[in-house]
Amino acid sequence: MTQTFVFYVFAAILVFAALRVITVRNLVQAALWLVLSFFTAAGLWLLLQAEFLAIALVLVYVGAVMVLFLFVVMMLDVNFDRLREGFRSYIPVGATVGALILLEMAVVLIGGYLGPHQVEPPPAAAATYSNTRTLGLQIYTDYAYPFEIAAVILLVAIIAAIALTHRKRAQTKYQNPGKQIRVRREDRLRIINMPAEKREP
Amino acid sequence: MSLLATPTLSHYLVLGAILFAIGVIGIFLNRRNVIIILMAIELMLLAVNLNFIAFSRFLGDTAGQVFVFFILTVAAAESAIGLAILVLLFRNIGSIDVEDLGRLKG
Repeated sequence: MTQTFVFYVFAAILVFAALRVITVRNLVQAALWLVLSFFTAAGLWLLLQAEFLAIALVLVYVGAVMVLFLFVVMMLDVNFDRLREGFRSYIPVGATVGALILLEMAVVLIGGYLGPHQVEPPPAAAATYSNTRTLGLQIYTDYAYPFEIAAVILLVAIIAAIALTHRKRAQTKYQNPGKQIRVRREDRLRIINMPAEKREP
Repeated sequence: MSLLATPTLSHYLVLGAILFAIGVIGIFLNRRNVIIILMAIELMLLAVNLNFIAFSRFLGDTAGQVFVFFILTVAAAESAIGLAILVLLFRNIGSIDVEDLGRLKG
């Protein structure tokens, strides 16, 4: 009963925040609403006893990805009003597609509510059960190879993001190691033979 | 009353469906704004992840959670590269409007 109450409260907050993300005028506010929806989703995942992923969602998404979004949004000097042009004219087609998706899902899912084939949730895990340990055991044994690929994907993303956004500034001075190595003594040093000067008495 | 017992699998699936639909509508409504489109994609990924975790819980199989783990990884990489491209785009054409991106007419 308490779980159902918590579920409905979190679901309401999640849907409201998601709606605000796509309708709000200011991009910074949209990013903040998205933070709220991620946070609420993490709460729902806790309700589903996926503790590790809930914390990972808060750390990775709320902590890193959304901050990246906020940085980019604040860095760009964008005329928001021009981007909103045509917002109203897209409402009919958007609403139609969204309603169609919901209707199709409803046709599929209605049996879950009314039909006799309810999936019973498994009993709550024992107090000593550790979600993180279970996930870790699976990832490092059965899924070790996909895990390595995920690491490579992250590496590729890092390098790609840096390579894309890096730019050389004209004012900044850079060293050129190749030139530095190739330099010879004659380029830098000149030995001049000159007679010793006599000091005037 | 079955709606008020503990939340069933259908509760979570319906919530996921609503969230996914909101993401799709968001892409339609903000067709000109690349950043909002990226955010709508994040919302859709969140809906998919919610479905995965709900099934993982109700079928008692942690493979779904492992899959969500990988989706999170790939989504983080995707948004990082997407935002990098966005910054580059803004530097070059001074706009993030989709309408202004027609330079590569095929």
